[in-house]
Amino acid sequence: MRRLNISFQLRRWRALKETNSAEETKVFGFWVYLMTDLIIFSVLFATFAVLQNSTFGGPSGRELFSLPFALAETLILLTSSFTCALATFAISQKQKKGALLWFLITFALGLSFLVLEFSEFAHFASRGATPQRSGFLSAYFTLVGTHGLHISVGLLWMFVMMLRIGKARFEPPLVSQLLRLALFWHFLDIVWVFIFTAVYASGHLL
Amino acid sequence: MGLRIRIVGFASSLLLTLAAFFLAAHPDFFPVKVQTVVALLLVLAFFQATAQSICFIHLWREKGVPWNLLLFLSTIGMMIIIIVGSIWIMNHLNANMTGL
Repeated sequence: MRRLNISFQLRRWRALKETNSAEETKVFGFWVYLMTDLIIFSVLFATFAVLQNSTFGGPSGRELFSLPFALAETLILLTSSFTCALATFAISQKQKKGALLWFLITFALGLSFLVLEFSEFAHFASRGATPQRSGFLSAYFTLVGTHGLHISVGLLWMFVMMLRIGKARFEPPLVSQLLRLALFWHFLDIVWVFIFTAVYASGHLL
Repeated sequence: MGLRIRIVGFASSLLLTLAAFFLAAHPDFFPVKVQTVVALLLVLAFFQATAQSICFIHLWREKGVPWNLLLFLSTIGMMIIIIVGSIWIMNHLNANMTGL
């Protein structure tokens, strides 16, 4: 046994620090924020799982949720995540117009997702399914509403970044900002995959 | 490479989503209990999350110490404790809940 483990790690860490640029550190910091966001979502998922059957005589998920509608929302958000990935590919190829175009398509898809979600909420409210109706509906609106809030903030951010692509130079600060935005958007799609599974598909079955 | 892996990620996510939709719409397709179908749906979701984290976020392709991936995995550990722990405890306390 050689006892070089710690010194080896230290040397590796120093080497890493030298190769790591400030921009990469910023992306890592943003990733730390996303992980804390994941903890928020997991608490909301846990609340939903616990209160899923506490309908208090009100409508259940089985009566409310339309599976094809949820599928449409899922496909739109998934496609927007893909077009966002195409935008980061355009960034890596240093194609300014391509990046702008793909972000524009991502923005349009994200906006249509948000419109669908609001129309769904309005439809539920018109059937008396409001957050104060039962524990199940409180948990549902909090979980899906928090995700919708993130999407809204992401859209605002994307709008600002599209203006910046037009004006700023296509160099590390801007590129790193765009990569963080893309990270945020992919992250939201992964969270939605679990909302589709745990809320809509499972709610349809249980 | 860069473009192809993104298309692979999109195609696999699309397939997994449609498979989950089909399973939820036709729970009698496999002769198993509903709980098993839900567990299967969760497995599909985990596959899709893995596919997207590889193909879109590129989590598995870090150089040096993979800090992002390590943080991600430890967060998943915390999430499992929060979610499974909550469901486990609250199922045993259900006598005090209004539902069910």
